Amino acid sequence: MDIQFFIELFFGGLTRGSIYALIALGYTLVYGIIELINFAHGEIYMLGAFTALLVAGALGIYGFPAGGILIVAALVAIVWCAAYGYTLEKVAYKPLRGAPRLSPLISAIGMSIFLQNYVLLAQTSDFVPFPRLLPEMEFLAWVDYIMGPSDFLILTASAISMGALWLFIRHTRMGKAMRATAQNRKMALLLGINADRIISLTFIIGSALAALGGVLIASHMGQVNFGIGFIAGMKAFTAAVLGGIGSIPGAMVGGLVLGLAESFTTGYFSGNYEDILAFAILILILLFRPDGILGKAKVQKV
Amino acid sequence: MPAIAKAFLTAIWFMILTLPVMGIKLNLLENRVNWKFDRILWLGVAVFFLAMLWNWCFARKARGLPILAMPESIRASLDKVSGNTGLKRTFLVLLLAILVAMPWLGSFYQTNIMISAMLYIMLALGLNIVVGLAGQLVLGYVAFYAVGAYGYALLNQYFGLGFWACLPLGGLLAALFGLGLGFPVLRLRGDYLAIVTLGFGEIVRLAMLNWTSLTGGPRGISDIPRPGFFNMEMDLNQATDYIYYLVLIAVIITVIVISRLKNSRVGLALQALREDEVACEAMGVDITRAKLSAFALGSCWAGFAGVIFAAKTTFINPSSFTFMESAMILSMVVLGGMGSISGVIIAAIILIMAPEYLRAFSEYRMLIFGAIMVIMMIFRPQGLISGERRNYRITALAERDARAAREGN
Amino acid sequence: MKKIIPASLALACFIMCGAGANAAEPIRIGVQGAHSGDLASYGVPSLNAVKIVVDEINAKGGLDGRMIEVIAQDDQCKPEMATSAATRLISDKVSAVVGPICSGPTTASLPLFQNASLISISPTATTPALTESGKNPLFMRTVAKDNAQARLTSDFMLNKLKAKKIAYLHDNGDYGKGFADFNRELMEKGGAETVLFEAVTPDAVDFTAVVRKLRRAKPDIIVFGGYQPVASKLVQQMRRDRLDTPFLGPDGVKDETFLKMTGKDSEGVYASYPKDTTTLPEYKKAHEAHLKAYGAEPGFGYYNAYAATQALLDAIAKTGGQDTEKLNQALRENFVETPLGKIRFNDKGDAAGMALSIYQVKDGKFVELDHSLILD
Repeated sequence: MDIQFFIELFFGGLTRGSIYALIALGYTLVYGIIELINFAHGEIYMLGAFTALLVAGALGIYGFPAGGILIVAALVAIVWCAAYGYTLEKVAYKPLRGAPRLSPLISAIGMSIFLQNYVLLAQTSDFVPFPRLLPEMEFLAWVDYIMGPSDFLILTASAISMGALWLFIRHTRMGKAMRATAQNRKMALLLGINADRIISLTFIIGSALAALGGVLIASHMGQVNFGIGFIAGMKAFTAAVLGGIGSIPGAMVGGLVLGLAESFTTGYFSGNYEDILAFAILILILLFRPDGILGKAKVQKV
Repeated sequence: MPAIAKAFLTAIWFMILTLPVMGIKLNLLENRVNWKFDRILWLGVAVFFLAMLWNWCFARKARGLPILAMPESIRASLDKVSGNTGLKRTFLVLLLAILVAMPWLGSFYQTNIMISAMLYIMLALGLNIVVGLAGQLVLGYVAFYAVGAYGYALLNQYFGLGFWACLPLGGLLAALFGLGLGFPVLRLRGDYLAIVTLGFGEIVRLAMLNWTSLTGGPRGISDIPRPGFFNMEMDLNQATDYIYYLVLIAVIITVIVISRLKNSRVGLALQALREDEVACEAMGVDITRAKLSAFALGSCWAGFAGVIFAAKTTFINPSSFTFMESAMILSMVVLGGMGSISGVIIAAIILIMAPEYLRAFSEYRMLIFGAIMVIMMIFRPQGLISGERRNYRITALAERDARAAREGN
Repeated sequence: MKKIIPASLALACFIMCGAGANAAEPIRIGVQGAHSGDLASYGVPSLNAVKIVVDEINAKGGLDGRMIEVIAQDDQCKPEMATSAATRLISDKVSAVVGPICSGPTTASLPLFQNASLISISPTATTPALTESGKNPLFMRTVAKDNAQARLTSDFMLNKLKAKKIAYLHDNGDYGKGFADFNRELMEKGGAETVLFEAVTPDAVDFTAVVRKLRRAKPDIIVFGGYQPVASKLVQQMRRDRLDTPFLGPDGVKDETFLKMTGKDSEGVYASYPKDTTTLPEYKKAHEAHLKAYGAEPGFGYYNAYAATQALLDAIAKTGGQDTEKLNQALRENFVETPLGKIRFNDKGDAAGMALSIYQVKDGKFVELDHSLILD
């Protein structure tokens, strides 16, 4: 076996996996609190990429210094997507609390179709170039064979944000309230936790992470289109399920495992099977180990 | 007053929210930013009124009132009509007469549109068995449609089988796929099931795309023969009329089968399953059998529709069988009312015909589909026409009581 | 008697008005393609082209005093919608059709047009079988079919570049896979070795793995079948991963947006495309008309559709447009000046007179190389 090639594929998979993990966190957080598959989450990722692109493009045209554009665009995208996530929950899911389980899921599918077409109609069906804003990174010269500036940015930004999320969930009052609500919503209510606020917070955090993923991938791939959310959302959902939906470390592990699996499949077999592999993993995990790698088995409550 | 203030705030919020995507248009050619503040402003105005409507709807919903109530007089006369079997029968006969005369009255184009509308009716009714009656959310329904279509195309290409041989085979093949998917997913509930079937649908599509040696891959299969009628030579117009009648009969059969099914043992078991799986099992319903029969029946219907579709277009490729197609069929079921036959038919007709006849509308078609799915779930989860269930009134007891009361006197 | 006069007056008026209306009866040209939905960017430029040509003729008073009306039908590049769109055009009694755009819908629509004996000219459908099968005598196209392009590109790679090891990537679409397949066939016949042949998923989050696989396969050249968006992502990722192998694509890659997306990464990329005609007066006219009408550079297939409309209207002007057979003949016999050059259609229906060339990106622009193929 060619160790060099293995390492190349490994780092390629790591980059892709971190993006999956960032999006997967949104699925898992929401599912953990209200047991809903937020089908429209992939569209938030797309909105993040698009918002960043528009803001960066506009700033570039107005002659803003190149160094600051990416940071400003990313911040705007994150804030706006957090707002989109918050609004999404208020409009499409909150009125459905207590409805049969299928209702919010259908509502989510509707929202996903709606958001895609919203961007399609408001902007364009074309791929739009994302301005190149990343500087050359001299210190990466010795590993440029396996890692470019955008890979480096993706890995560090996702590692930092996931670390921050971990600290937030573990050590802050809000984080503890989130965990409590996830464990037992009724009990949390009795303890004076405002469940509505926790749910909103979950959507805000999840959407912000997805937006970050969108910005990173847009600057990595160099272009954005209204349709990029569907497949990325599906892959991320697969990652969340793989790691055990509802489990935060699970989403991170699941994302990385899926990214690596895809990278090795393409590398050693064929790119034709990349998507089939992901969907097959999704189905097999749901069938045989629905609680994923790190999830805990749940007893069905009547 | 507070309602207006609230609507105003909502409008402001949405104007800020949509500022980047709606407000900025980049002109990369001339390196200019076109600010589209007019769009934002219009959106704000629209959201203001929509928010008022939204709140009003919620207020009504909270008080348990229907959002749209029919005037009492119309409702009374409607009730009278629907109670009157004679009138109902006349109406049905009239409708049938119109449908039969359609190819002579309408143009070639209208006949074609009717064919696709009726194909979607078949699909939606088939999905209605699984989603509406049994409550199993299947998101990859289009896979069975594809199995039927590709089944016919391939059987014809490799073995020379004709349409009439393939129609039952396509249905059977799709039903087998349905069972094949049904067995492993028996244990799954609700959203997990939805995702597994979505994955299944995508895998079927990707398989058709990548298995080039068998399916022609992205190039698809062309020259699929139209259905034959006793070896008669038919030109395109005749063939189209013929397919029209074929689909019409297929739809009528579908309606009859499903309305019989609904009130049969299996159908009632399926509806019980939808309401509460655990209670249903506790009542002694064989869940496994009920679910599998729902899957087999539903997918079988998609298979039939697929065979007819392939025969109608004479060309198929994987791009006709995407997730969006599944979502469209699902939105017909959701809009029409889960479990309701007439509702689903009306919804399918609206969703297919409206974009065909309202050209300006067609760009916004998917946007509106999406919005409909959300709004229906919130305000009218039972759909346009809620699935009417047969009521059993036990008259013997009442009579006995009445008799007892009389005798007591 | 008294009654007869007004009656005959009315009758006379009726006949004359009828005749008047008949003279002003417009000629309807159908346009079928993706005008909305996710593939709209491939279909709308063609619609624009037809509108521009038609507007120009209408401004001059139409053809023999008859105005031309454009009837657009959207098929979203889906076969099942294409059959409805085609039947709608037939019902609307169009004289001829420009379109459809995509090969799949064209395959689905042609039997209908054939049955209605309608001429259709596609600006962008490249599947060879459409003309080669001989089943569609009324179909024509103003674009090179996939195997014609492959003939040029494989010849270029074998004889000019002396490439021995080839990697093929495609987007698993009809067009892209066709281009890769035909090239592979011709290259293997010419003795070149295939080191990689696979699909990339257009929507994939990134292409790192496939690029690293390419890097290991060490091909002399990478042949890509597909459109600009995937090509530009691939090229960017390749250059970022320090893979400087030459990259060759079909005409779907040669596009201004491709240059804009890839910046200096695209230096050296090859693409096949119709011979440079930008100096032709017709090309300049078409280009300026689009800038004026839409304020942007024309998009995919614009000039092809422009040429198709010109050829069609020219033939209608010559024959009156009533008789399909005459129209068909006129299209095949007369050369017409178009932005693509002086073209007519051969007996199969492919444009003759067009030439294909290899282009290479130099200093951020596609520059024509001295390697071309004239279609006949």
